[in-house]
Amino acid sequence: MKKDTSYINALENEAIYIIREVAAQFEKPVLLFSGGKDSITLVRLAQKAFYPAKIPFPLMHIDTGHNFPETIEFRDRLVEELGLELIVRNVQDSIDQGKVKEESGRYASRNMLQTTTLLDAIEEFKFDACIGGARRDEEKARAKERIFSVRDDFGQWDEKNQRPELFDMLNGEIDLGQNVRVFPISNWTELDVWSYIEKENIEIPSIYFAHKRKVFLRDGLIWSAEDGVVYRDEEEEVIEEMVRFRTVGDMSCTAAVLSEASTITKVVEEIRDSSISERGARIDDKRSEAAMEKRKQQGYF
Amino acid sequence: MEVLKIATAGSVDDGKSTLIGRILYDTKSLTTDKLEAIEKTSKQRGYDYLDFSLATDGLVAEREQGITIDVAHIYFSTPKKSYIIADTPGHVEYTRNMVTGASTSQASIILIDARKGVIEQTNRHFFINNLLRIKDVVVAINKMDLVDYSEDVYNKIKADFEELMSKRDYQDQSISFIPVSALKGDNVVNASKNMPWYKGETLLDHLEKLDKADIFNVGTPRFPVQYVIRPKTEEYHDFRGYAGKVYGGNLSVGDEVVVLPSLTKSKIKEIYFYDQKYETASRRSSVTITLEDDVNVSRGDMIVKADDLPTIEKQFTANVCWMDSKQLTPGAKYIVQHGINKVLAKVDNIHHKIHPDYSGIEEEVSGLGMNDIAQVSFKLNKPIYYDKFKNHRTNGSFIIIDTQSNNTVGAGFIQ
Repeated sequence: MKKDTSYINALENEAIYIIREVAAQFEKPVLLFSGGKDSITLVRLAQKAFYPAKIPFPLMHIDTGHNFPETIEFRDRLVEELGLELIVRNVQDSIDQGKVKEESGRYASRNMLQTTTLLDAIEEFKFDACIGGARRDEEKARAKERIFSVRDDFGQWDEKNQRPELFDMLNGEIDLGQNVRVFPISNWTELDVWSYIEKENIEIPSIYFAHKRKVFLRDGLIWSAEDGVVYRDEEEEVIEEMVRFRTVGDMSCTAAVLSEASTITKVVEEIRDSSISERGARIDDKRSEAAMEKRKQQGYF
Repeated sequence: MEVLKIATAGSVDDGKSTLIGRILYDTKSLTTDKLEAIEKTSKQRGYDYLDFSLATDGLVAEREQGITIDVAHIYFSTPKKSYIIADTPGHVEYTRNMVTGASTSQASIILIDARKGVIEQTNRHFFINNLLRIKDVVVAINKMDLVDYSEDVYNKIKADFEELMSKRDYQDQSISFIPVSALKGDNVVNASKNMPWYKGETLLDHLEKLDKADIFNVGTPRFPVQYVIRPKTEEYHDFRGYAGKVYGGNLSVGDEVVVLPSLTKSKIKEIYFYDQKYETASRRSSVTITLEDDVNVSRGDMIVKADDLPTIEKQFTANVCWMDSKQLTPGAKYIVQHGINKVLAKVDNIHHKIHPDYSGIEEEVSGLGMNDIAQVSFKLNKPIYYDKFKNHRTNGSFIIIDTQSNNTVGAGFIQ
């Protein structure tokens, strides 16, 4: 079946418009790059926005130290090929400086700790706009997010007092010390991103495709037993399965799904028929019904 | 396939969130984990039905109070279309959110509680849809299950609404009526067995059939320059590209154009989208164009066809919707952002306030409060290049920014 992808053009045009507004309205923008499919898509959109010139802002990766090694290799290659500037800031440094405390136990994750490292980096480089790949369909608190979302000096999100956004006019006026989080692919769904990656033939890290991996089961989710990042009880048995990842966040909170989808076309088909949401495999959202809203108020992306 | 943006509006407890939840459920757009979460919470609260509003009310305060405070965006798709629903709150105090939701939408759904009929809120919702010139409006008469699926009730509400329609400003709006029960699923996605007297389409069938050409306002091409691209590489040493989005109509290579405000004439030389060159840039595409002549163009300038200039003025009159708790008063200064162009503006005069429930106007106005709608004239420090809102939705609208708080405090539609 030949798939109709023309509707993605509308989303692409909107995203390019937003990215250009960032470059025009702000002094020091940065693109937050996680190595995941959403931020890889953002890089492609930014390339399109400024062609034949280079992307006029750097990428920044907040490295939890718990990334899939495939993601880091991929990141470095992409930056090299496109001649982009990459800034890396490490959560490990924030831990070493005593700014945050490492969680312990079964559900230990560095996902929450990223926020401190991110806010410090924003202050260090005086970034006034941070472009991110969050989408409104991911989670219901994110569904309320603006395209230009103002954060105060503490990086906090005031969800009840957001600026109205009318037509496609984006108000980037801010005070010194404030910054704006910008979400160019706000209106994309997970399937839209995958369809775009397929249509554009964009390369993505191999862990998005089905591969054999040593895993163990907990709470009905499949966790990686490789690399020793995810805490595992002795009695939790390691098995080998064909899996892939739908998101590539911090390894400690990103579960795999059983999959035979080894090509992008098969992944798109799988997502289309899927009955579980993308963040359904993210344990960080399961902590409570308002987990994301709380994290966002504190400055999480 | 296309993307259709729809705004929903309804009063408190009209069942708007339930309707959206129902659409998601019946189009099988709710994933298992989301559905499980809804089942769990519904049970915890002791409901004997699934509370679909839990799918959309994303903020803690909303779930606590059982109301929608902010605009939420919901996504689903059918084999025919991708849909984006802007779910806007129905309370009087959130009129500004309704205006916001409607501004980005091509179609809208107004919900009426069959037990209550047309109420003041309905007038307000319809007024805003009409003010923003939403081409296609669906009036969904909800909770039909609670009025025994009565045809008489439906006809009475339809007649009341039609009376309202005679007062509207924008007469070309297409309006359809559909009796539904969001809770029970009648005529939302699946046709109702309970209302054999209704021969029309279900809500989803209606949305599926909306024609793209019908719902978009088409005008003349306007190209506001967002960003000047100068690569300064060896290969593109002299490249000067103007990046922006095309509004209203298409632009083609060879078109004779004028750059505003300098009124310099030139011709379109090339149209780029990424690394490909095109003969034509279609409406709403984000392209980069180059001109035949070496003219001075910067951000905020506008490229238009030479035979079709907009109005170039340092003043204008508009219908304004005020969105801030701090009043708008005559003489006050603001930033007016018209598209991407920002100018300083002074409130020259508030002519009259317009009651958004069709109950008339109010003269002798000293200031505008939150959610007020009024006719206001502004004086600007620099000219802008505008069309009337009724001729050009994008080039006829603007936002008002407070110079101290930097907040977006109002929106306007140029007359």
